[in-house]
Amino acid sequence: MNEITKMLLFMVSCVLTNNFIFSKFLGCCPFLGVSNKVETAASMGLAVTFVMTIASLFSYMVYHWLLVPLKITFMQTIAFILVIAALVQFVEMFLKKASPSLHGALGIYLPLITTNCAVLGVATLNVSENYNLIYSVLNGAFSAIGFLVAIVLMAGVRERLENAKIPECMKGFPISLVSAGLMAIAFMGFSGLV
Amino acid sequence: MIKERKSLGKIFLNGVITENPTFRLVLGACPTLAVTTSAVNGIGMGAAATFVLVGSNVVVSMLRKFIPDNVRIPAFIVIICTFVTMVQLFMQAYLPSLYESLGIFIPLIVVNCIILARAEAFASKNPVLASAVDGLGMGVGFTLALTLIGMIRELIGSGTLFGLNVMGAGYEPMLLFVLASGGFLTFGILLGVINAITAYFQRDKHSEGGRA
Repeated sequence: MNEITKMLLFMVSCVLTNNFIFSKFLGCCPFLGVSNKVETAASMGLAVTFVMTIASLFSYMVYHWLLVPLKITFMQTIAFILVIAALVQFVEMFLKKASPSLHGALGIYLPLITTNCAVLGVATLNVSENYNLIYSVLNGAFSAIGFLVAIVLMAGVRERLENAKIPECMKGFPISLVSAGLMAIAFMGFSGLV
Repeated sequence: MIKERKSLGKIFLNGVITENPTFRLVLGACPTLAVTTSAVNGIGMGAAATFVLVGSNVVVSMLRKFIPDNVRIPAFIVIICTFVTMVQLFMQAYLPSLYESLGIFIPLIVVNCIILARAEAFASKNPVLASAVDGLGMGVGFTLALTLIGMIRELIGSGTLFGLNVMGAGYEPMLLFVLASGGFLTFGILLGVINAITAYFQRDKHSEGGRA
């Protein structure tokens, strides 16, 4: 199998087979919290995609070019969270200047991303799976697209649920979790794909 | 003195029952869903989070007069991170099998919303002892919730409880429950049941109040 095919398969597996939400449980808080409407869910997903891609790049550089030579890899978590927090701040400032309309759409979600475990999760996974620079960035970008797909699908389901007759005790979080569970079963169908 | 002890007890119970982080506030959903494939994992994760909660609450509360208001969130995160790294290294050294099964979710305690939420909402405004008790209460509440979900999923999904076979040889385990979807389903249904129970008791209280 040549390198390109391998990469393509890797991308598909990041989006579908190893979906961040449905098989790894990363990023569940925004997935449950910001999935009321399709538009807001899409904005959140895009913001996460943006940050996760850059975060995998920078966390790779910090880990392999700074922490490993200095032999302080046990500082990994602290270093990554600082990189992510700084990055989110930076992206926000950049967007404010460069594209106010995009900033208007993503603005309130950006600070939330610092504490999104998907971002720190992807940085940690890249290290523990020993991905090289290209695979780290691909993993970040396409796992984030998987997150985007999941959160938009979920928002679609929840919009329909608003008009459904649901027992009082199941309203809100419980019914969302149960529908997420059913969606996860559907996503299990992809498991033989790659 | 008695009054103070009473209020500390109240703070503790607030974390365990009234504002249970998992069932009442629905914070920290990722580890709740991900590591609860067995009861032992639930306890391990809960214990790690409890240690971090108590430690970070104490330090945040001690430093609450020194941390400037506009950099408090980064400061809290660095404090939390320090404790998480301590737990991670400790587990790696002394509990390697648990470390293996919790995997990536140990470093991810850093971004668990419960811990930052308690630092922000409680420890940065209250004295050291009360903050420690609050952290302990929240931690115990989180641990109990994780253990409960872990027990249900382990019982249905693999027919065992804390690693002991309890369902007998004829039991066919429902593998679905230890997979990802089972986590969502168990947690969702459990939340619904708890809501129903709470609503039932509240209605009881209300009707009693009406009669009085």
